[in-house]
Amino acid sequence: MRKEFSKTIERIAQERQNLVFLTGDLGFMALENVRDAMGKRFVNIGVSEQNMISMAAAMAHEGLQVICYSIAPFTVFRPAEQIRLDVCLHKKNVKIVGNGGGYGYGIMGATHHAIEDIAVLSSFQNMHCYIPLCNEDVEQTVNTMLAHDYPSYLRLGYGILPNGWHLPPFAYIRQVAYGKDITIAGMGPVLCNVAETLSGKESADIFVFSEIPFPELTEDLKSSIARTKKLLVIEEHVQRGGLGEHLALHLALNNISCRFTHRFAKGYENGLYGSQKYHQQQCGLDAESLKTLIQTLVNG
Amino acid sequence: MNNIFEIKRSCLLTTLELHKRANAGHIGASLSSLDILVYLFFHRMNKEEDKLILSKGHAATALYSTLAKLSKIPEEMLDTFYKDGTVLAAHPPCNGVIKDIPFGTGSLGHGLSLAAGIAFSQRYTGKNFQTYCIVSDGDCNEGSTWEAALFAAQHKLRNLTVIVDYNRLQGFGFSEEILNLDSIKDKFLAFGFDVAIADNGNDLNNLDSAFNLLSDTNKPRCIIAHTTKGAGVSFMENKLEWHYLPMNDDQYEMAIKEITNA
Repeated sequence: MRKEFSKTIERIAQERQNLVFLTGDLGFMALENVRDAMGKRFVNIGVSEQNMISMAAAMAHEGLQVICYSIAPFTVFRPAEQIRLDVCLHKKNVKIVGNGGGYGYGIMGATHHAIEDIAVLSSFQNMHCYIPLCNEDVEQTVNTMLAHDYPSYLRLGYGILPNGWHLPPFAYIRQVAYGKDITIAGMGPVLCNVAETLSGKESADIFVFSEIPFPELTEDLKSSIARTKKLLVIEEHVQRGGLGEHLALHLALNNISCRFTHRFAKGYENGLYGSQKYHQQQCGLDAESLKTLIQTLVNG
Repeated sequence: MNNIFEIKRSCLLTTLELHKRANAGHIGASLSSLDILVYLFFHRMNKEEDKLILSKGHAATALYSTLAKLSKIPEEMLDTFYKDGTVLAAHPPCNGVIKDIPFGTGSLGHGLSLAAGIAFSQRYTGKNFQTYCIVSDGDCNEGSTWEAALFAAQHKLRNLTVIVDYNRLQGFGFSEEILNLDSIKDKFLAFGFDVAIADNGNDLNNLDSAFNLLSDTNKPRCIIAHTTKGAGVSFMENKLEWHYLPMNDDQYEMAIKEITNA
């Protein structure tokens, strides 16, 4: 999604002169076009994420719209207090962009993974977390994020829109595929893993959640759950504070009962590291594991 | 500078009154910073344009009383200090209600980054004003302060001045016993600041002399203000407990008597 993100920013920066881009010394082979397009409005602030976030809040106070970019864990966890206080409590127009959400940085290891980011940031006041489904979804997600002046977080990853899926205009909940046997809800590119599992006889209503927290459940989703009575939630994020918990809360508030199954990032249970695909396999988030799970749920 | 001494005395009395009425602590920190605040707001700053970040938010009452003296905080709001439903909590508010408090503070280490951000913004907005930031010894314990210092020097933020309220008494002991800041001047020099020393940061003339020593360079500026925690009330001076304790009636009476007789 980095490529799509940088192209979008390059275009928007031409139109929006108050947009300033701060990077925490990252962007090699990714942001050169943004740097060249934005000139002095592109600032490599150094490996100093705390300073980057507080400065961004202050710059927003002066009327600028500020993007802060780094690898997802570095731009969320190190400066978490600066995000909470200087950006969120003060409602500043700061857009935090984390590349490699979930296990996106794979073999780089645990320090480079962000599997608790939504839990942390969605608990902060006034924060809106945006999670594009796939590369094709990045432009409209960025457009939506920059159209508002509230604190935001963009979680970038990598994913291709599966064949047969329909990507509607941005909304916090969108239905991307239609079926009859089960309702599947997911956040981010890991949801795309279910596409190849459904080539057989099972079919599913598939909903992508692209903004957390979200205000309410859509009628389409409620109808789907009422019909299938089975909801599978998929996310490359820990169980606590991610889509699963947000969704469970709304189900409870709406007195909706269903068979609720949750597949999520489990961290590093075996203490070993590998590619993003390896970690997905360890968590049962890979296509093969999901296929088995979905067959069990549908036939169970 | 003619009437600034009387202004300072008035602000000092207001600060103590706020603490007494609220039975609130953090008196020592506020008295340490009060001269700096009065000097900046009543002498150094362009009141309508320049901006100040009080990084040591625990000195909030000194800021409140100074802004009230400038009619930037209404008297009726000042009366609500520390009460339920107030804008004026023990640390400066984050809600933007008071224009002259751009950011709420209270967790140390944020202020210099915020001030640097405001100063740096002028590269894009075309505005032209000075930004001041008061930091404490505790602020200088925080790594983020030094991240901001590196940035300020790198980008030659000559419109930024940091004032170190260097009373050397922190939350649970003297800085020399915790994280020694004796070389604080050398540290800011090494980071690329133009530095001047105020040997007595609780003396308005001395502060003025220090500010006048700063040269007109492209560097960010730093005043090391040697201050005293609890300055102006002798039984509070340089005593750790006055970081925390409120005054009883006798102590308040003694403090007021000392100030009015001074």
